[in-house]
Amino acid sequence: MAIRTVSRTILYLLLIVLSLFYLMPVYVMLITSLKPLDQISLSEMWQLPQSLDLSNYQLAFEKLAPNLMNSIYLVIPATLLSALLGSLNGYVLSKWKFRGSDWIFTALLFGMFIPYQSILIPLIQFLREAGLYNTIPGLIFVHVVYGIPITTLMFRNFYASIPEEMIESAKIDGAGIFKIYQHIIIPLSITGFVVVGIWQFTNIWNEFLFAVTITTSSQQPIMVALQNLSGSQIVQWNVQMAGALLAALPTLLVYIFLGKFFVKGLLAGSVKG
Amino acid sequence: MEPKVLPSFQSGSSLAVSAKKRKKWNVDQWLSFAFILPSIIAVAVFVYGFIAWSGYVSLSNWNSLVPDLSFAGLKNYLFLFKDFRFQADLRNTLFFTLFFILAVLFMGLLLAVFLDQKIRGESLFRNIFFFPMALSFIVTGVIWQWLLNPATGVNLFLKKFGLDSLWYTSVTVIPGIQWSKIQFGIPVAVIAVVIAAAWQMTGFSVAMYLAGLRAIPEEIREAARMDGATEFQIYRKIIFPMVAPITVSVVIIMAHISLKIFDLIYAMTGPGANFVTDVPGVYMFETTFRGNYYANGAAISIIMLLSVAIFIVPYLISSRKGES
Repeated sequence: MAIRTVSRTILYLLLIVLSLFYLMPVYVMLITSLKPLDQISLSEMWQLPQSLDLSNYQLAFEKLAPNLMNSIYLVIPATLLSALLGSLNGYVLSKWKFRGSDWIFTALLFGMFIPYQSILIPLIQFLREAGLYNTIPGLIFVHVVYGIPITTLMFRNFYASIPEEMIESAKIDGAGIFKIYQHIIIPLSITGFVVVGIWQFTNIWNEFLFAVTITTSSQQPIMVALQNLSGSQIVQWNVQMAGALLAALPTLLVYIFLGKFFVKGLLAGSVKG
Repeated sequence: MEPKVLPSFQSGSSLAVSAKKRKKWNVDQWLSFAFILPSIIAVAVFVYGFIAWSGYVSLSNWNSLVPDLSFAGLKNYLFLFKDFRFQADLRNTLFFTLFFILAVLFMGLLLAVFLDQKIRGESLFRNIFFFPMALSFIVTGVIWQWLLNPATGVNLFLKKFGLDSLWYTSVTVIPGIQWSKIQFGIPVAVIAVVIAAAWQMTGFSVAMYLAGLRAIPEEIREAARMDGATEFQIYRKIIFPMVAPITVSVVIIMAHISLKIFDLIYAMTGPGANFVTDVPGVYMFETTFRGNYYANGAAISIIMLLSVAIFIVPYLISSRKGES
């Protein structure tokens, strides 16, 4: 029993040390963002601030606020639309399979793994032609289109767990494709919508490549603004850290409150089953 | 949601299925097809069509602001493979991918096994390892740029032990054998980026492995214990082989992330001195959208796509076959 106690103690010690490593960046981000500039010296990097100073947040917020709004205007419609589209596709590809539908599904899935660089040049040409370049609706469109594979995958897997008998007996009762969707699928989809919604919200909020290539200055979402903030030499570290925390806050809050669903999405998104 | 990862190849049932499905299409079946048609068209155009278009651009002379789609053959590809920067990118991607995957696998399995020991506060620990995944690569890049800045924090700590690291500002390549235009070897600066990337993505492999470990019935472990196996033996002989397919999935997902990585490196280090932290994603972005070398940029993107497709296409096909 002594050996067991010792090994349990070592296990907990290791876990605590590793946890501290994973938390360290957040700790440094927090304390740095709360310090005035004269306390950002090297020797004081790990020390708590002497007093709470929220002026960095004020400064970062002033710089990032318009972009924060852009991100909100982007992420809400894009998430809703791509979840709806994914639900519809998932419904058809799980409950109305036809010859070749599984291969269509596989061909769709390829779209979520591609490096988006490989479609970027034509995409920008297209958006310019369509008058959507450098607009939030343009970015929404892009995220909905390139969100099709992942949202379809998640909903298809989710609907696969709805028993076939339920659908069959509804058909025998005379229900058609719309009725079944409306009365059976949708009511059972709440968790699916939450998982997909959180997943798309997080991804679209955090996305950078489309954002930086499709929009300029006043239309840019938060992540591009944050990158510009840290790219410029004038802005100090404490303000950058405050900005990073502000930009990360929405997805962090979603994780803190709905983390279970986020992890579900994570597993569903990588795995077919 | 239990992951069924890369199910083994199964065949035989597909004939029966297709015979059953060759039934007449009724109105509802046509309607269902109409539902997904917009998505099929969108993906056909915006994924496959645009890839083809990029491929065409990569074979053209369009290397200025004015589109010039005259045929150039493989000129842009030949240029890249002789280009110092692109050679450096290939080297960096190779070592970044290798170390990143090893770090994510090792830490993921280690932490998953730890978390599986019926410990107290498991959900707290789990969340500590998972939360970085909810962050943007840009945020991660900004934080780690500051953490691993040679003039700051972690380094002061290491200096006390006599270690003086330049992290991502180092231009050292170990061992630095001259190969074509570049020094081949492990760029020290890449290690710094690997640490940041692994910090963010370990949670993924922890989640995958943990789900795999939880799916193994307790009876199997019990039976092994009855036969006198030690805990260590149980893991080595029974549990690790059972979660091996998860490793395949994690490797493929991580490899494709690392082959197309852009934002983390762009935010954290940029191309670096002598391009020690440059990757194709960053090169493509800068040469296309800052330098207007569209054909070169398209060629880089097609090479990126092919490198990802090598992993992803067999993965998709095998999981498709396993499912039916």
